Amino acid sequence: MPESASVRIAAASRLPAAALDLEAWTRRALMLLVCLWMCVVVVLPLATLLSKSLADADGRFVGLDNFLHYFQNPSLSASLGHSLAVSLATTAISVSLGFAFAYGLTRTAIPGKGLFKTLALTPLFAPTLLNGIALVYLFGRKGLITRGFFGALPGLDVDLYGPLGIILAEAVYTFPQAVLILSVALGAADARLYEAAASLGASRLRTFLTVTLPSVRYGLVSAAFVCFILAFTDFGAPKVVGGGYNVLATDIYKQVIGQQNFVMGAVVSVVLLLPAVVAFIADRLVQRRQVALIAARSVPLAPRPNRLGDALMLAFVALVCLAITGFYATGLFASLVKVWPYDLSLGLGHYVFSGIGGGGWAAFANSLAMSALSALAGTVLTFASAYLIEKTRGLAPLRRSAYFLSLLPLALPGLVIGLAYIFFFNAPGWSILGVHLPNPFNFLYATMGILVLANVVHFYSVSFLTATTALKNLDPEFETVAQSMGVPFQRTFMRVTVPLCLPAILEIAMYYFVNSMATVSAVIFLYSADIPLASVAVANMDDAGDIAPACAMSMLIVGANLCVRILYGLATRGVRRRTQAWTKR
Amino acid sequence: MKLLSRALLLAVVLAAVALGGVARAEEILVYTALEDDEIPRYLEVFKKVHPEITVKIVRDSTGIITAKFLAEKDNPQADVVWGTAATSLMLADQAGMLEPYAPKGLDKVRGFMRDAKNPPHWVGIKAWMTGFCVNTKEIEELKLPTPASFEDLLKPEYKGQISMPNPASSGTGFLTVSAILQLKGEKAGWEYLDKLHQNIASYTHSGSKPCKMAGAGELPIGISFGYRGIMQKQKGEPVQTVFPKEGSGWDVEANALVKKASIKPAAKVFLDWAVGPEVMAEYAKVYPITSVATGAPIPEGYPAKPEAQLVKNDFDWAAKNRARILEEWSRRYDAKSEPK
Repeated sequence: MPESASVRIAAASRLPAAALDLEAWTRRALMLLVCLWMCVVVVLPLATLLSKSLADADGRFVGLDNFLHYFQNPSLSASLGHSLAVSLATTAISVSLGFAFAYGLTRTAIPGKGLFKTLALTPLFAPTLLNGIALVYLFGRKGLITRGFFGALPGLDVDLYGPLGIILAEAVYTFPQAVLILSVALGAADARLYEAAASLGASRLRTFLTVTLPSVRYGLVSAAFVCFILAFTDFGAPKVVGGGYNVLATDIYKQVIGQQNFVMGAVVSVVLLLPAVVAFIADRLVQRRQVALIAARSVPLAPRPNRLGDALMLAFVALVCLAITGFYATGLFASLVKVWPYDLSLGLGHYVFSGIGGGGWAAFANSLAMSALSALAGTVLTFASAYLIEKTRGLAPLRRSAYFLSLLPLALPGLVIGLAYIFFFNAPGWSILGVHLPNPFNFLYATMGILVLANVVHFYSVSFLTATTALKNLDPEFETVAQSMGVPFQRTFMRVTVPLCLPAILEIAMYYFVNSMATVSAVIFLYSADIPLASVAVANMDDAGDIAPACAMSMLIVGANLCVRILYGLATRGVRRRTQAWTKR
Repeated sequence: MKLLSRALLLAVVLAAVALGGVARAEEILVYTALEDDEIPRYLEVFKKVHPEITVKIVRDSTGIITAKFLAEKDNPQADVVWGTAATSLMLADQAGMLEPYAPKGLDKVRGFMRDAKNPPHWVGIKAWMTGFCVNTKEIEELKLPTPASFEDLLKPEYKGQISMPNPASSGTGFLTVSAILQLKGEKAGWEYLDKLHQNIASYTHSGSKPCKMAGAGELPIGISFGYRGIMQKQKGEPVQTVFPKEGSGWDVEANALVKKASIKPAAKVFLDWAVGPEVMAEYAKVYPITSVATGAPIPEGYPAKPEAQLVKNDFDWAAKNRARILEEWSRRYDAKSEPK
């Protein structure tokens, strides 16, 4: 609504003008605060990282020397090619399997869709390190499949450690993302197009190629970009099954942790960041061209039963789910086996974590606390800023900048956030033009606070988009009416907006919790000896060769996440009954 | 929306508690490269004698601890370094990061296991040495003989069956490489490593991982160290520890006081304790060579004359050439990137 409209409303109301002025100024100030906050937690740390990559170890500016050095070192620069190769392969596998799977869920009449979807999403709850570990137990020298289930079947020996292992692990990791995106894309179909195709006598293949595929092209592009970025920046899987096949993410870790070479770490981070940023921008540009597929007159497509097709699809979908379930069941089994593969008696010995590095149960407790705090802080911050950006009139330039800044973290790999935070928050201060400026955020370094902050930022954009979508569904009339009645916006926010958006808010909270539990990349540079974390413990135990306890700790993470998922399911059901009755007629 | 505001309040309080932390008077930060399963056993002894001191441990592989410690040169975090390779401490000493300190009972410490200066800049507690962890079951299944020497590891039948720690991150890896270079001379030493490289399936982050991989049958032979193999066997893994015929590479695990603006008295208490008789007896239960004689029998699995197993090791040479050796090693073998 243009500025003049709100002025007219203001004039019409009987409230003194000063009160409204105050409100407008509050909103303006809050919006500025949103921009400022994103600058401090995203832009400034990133700028610090960039400047480090252009300086030598003593902080002297050296231009692109570090990058030249990087590309002249064959063992380092080979990693870029490796990263690209495994990510492209992963993307191809995930998107095609994900497309077929989502097609089965949305366009066929197979039974048990809800169950299949739930099972397919399991990898979302697991640290990627676990994907690597489970692969070792399946395809390693003593793996279940390598050994043909302890000799019961003929074995299959593959060269797991290297690109194959990484691609398999990343495919499991990115598959659910592809399924989620493509289910939405395939779910929005206009039956009238298919009727038209049928009446024109188009074959099934032709209909698929000329109606179905074009209608989901944006979804396909989006799924491809998401899978690519996730695989490109993941660190957990290549760490466990990469063997001697170096990729960018493990190089950053080796440079920073192994050699404390922060400058080279920054350089590799920039190399890692660039393709992610390009993918991010390309995806934004493509999505902007998307127009609403579903018009008011659209008729939802109801999948018609097709005996042979459904049977084949059911077999495929069930097989994929069986593979995923079997994958994690192997992990669970391995964590219970006493001495794999020599003593297969079961027990909880690996869950004791005594005499093992990483921090054991204390680390698990810390992770729970950190994830709960991240969920709380993240939900409040993302929802409130999404509200301000979505439900404020005027101030277009400010809103646009805030919106862009809020989407920026989507392009940032966790390792980059972690390293940038070391540089930014550990700096005692900066001298600008000879004036020493102490770092006001330095106190956060090596505390729980910086871990929570890193998580809030790492998972900010997706949560922000969820909130924005929910807010877009609310009629702007609520704001207009409240304003004309002189109700302050914060009251409308608490009394109307929040309750109506509770399902989305719960979803955001769950998303934050689950991801904070599972993530390694951002926090591995930031945790301190006082605050060991479960996911980092998995990485450290793997480094020490304690793979069974590492597997056990991963299982605890998955267990906690599944509990939260179940709680979320119960809570949404309750909330929907109480607050969403209005959506039904 | 009372619920929401209460939740918010709770969040703020929780965050404040988490951020603030509680300062304790007697708290020291200890960097160590001792094995994860050793540390709690020793610290239990410490807690009994000094319940008033809280010990915070940062533990990682030798190379990581060394790099971390050196990187903090301008603002050292640790109060004490405990059980970390003498060659690493000599580097830190060169950088001027160690405060000379003579712990109580220094007179009992064997001469070759401490810094020669008085007061010493570092004091050893025990020696650890190269040992091959060999999975007896897998070796039998693959019809391979048990390797008895470094030379044996070059045999073509072991191709792809051996793992070895990366010397840049692992102290065990470094002492083994350094021993080979000293035993054979540099030229022949690198030639040996080139050939060994052909047989290595994987270079690992830590010195214990090759042994644990051997124990799990993932790779039947792991170049590791004595203690690790003996522990894995105790856990029920089919691991035999072989001490190579040519002699074992070795290093001293040593302690040092960190030079900082304010040195805590508790740090010195810890260093006194760390070479004292109570904990020395604990070291001797699992390590055959301790810096103070304990009279304890040689732990099972080690050679009867452990000192005779050690190669001649010039620590000064090793410390001085560490950076160069690691760089050369990385140049030659780190790019083992393409799967063969």
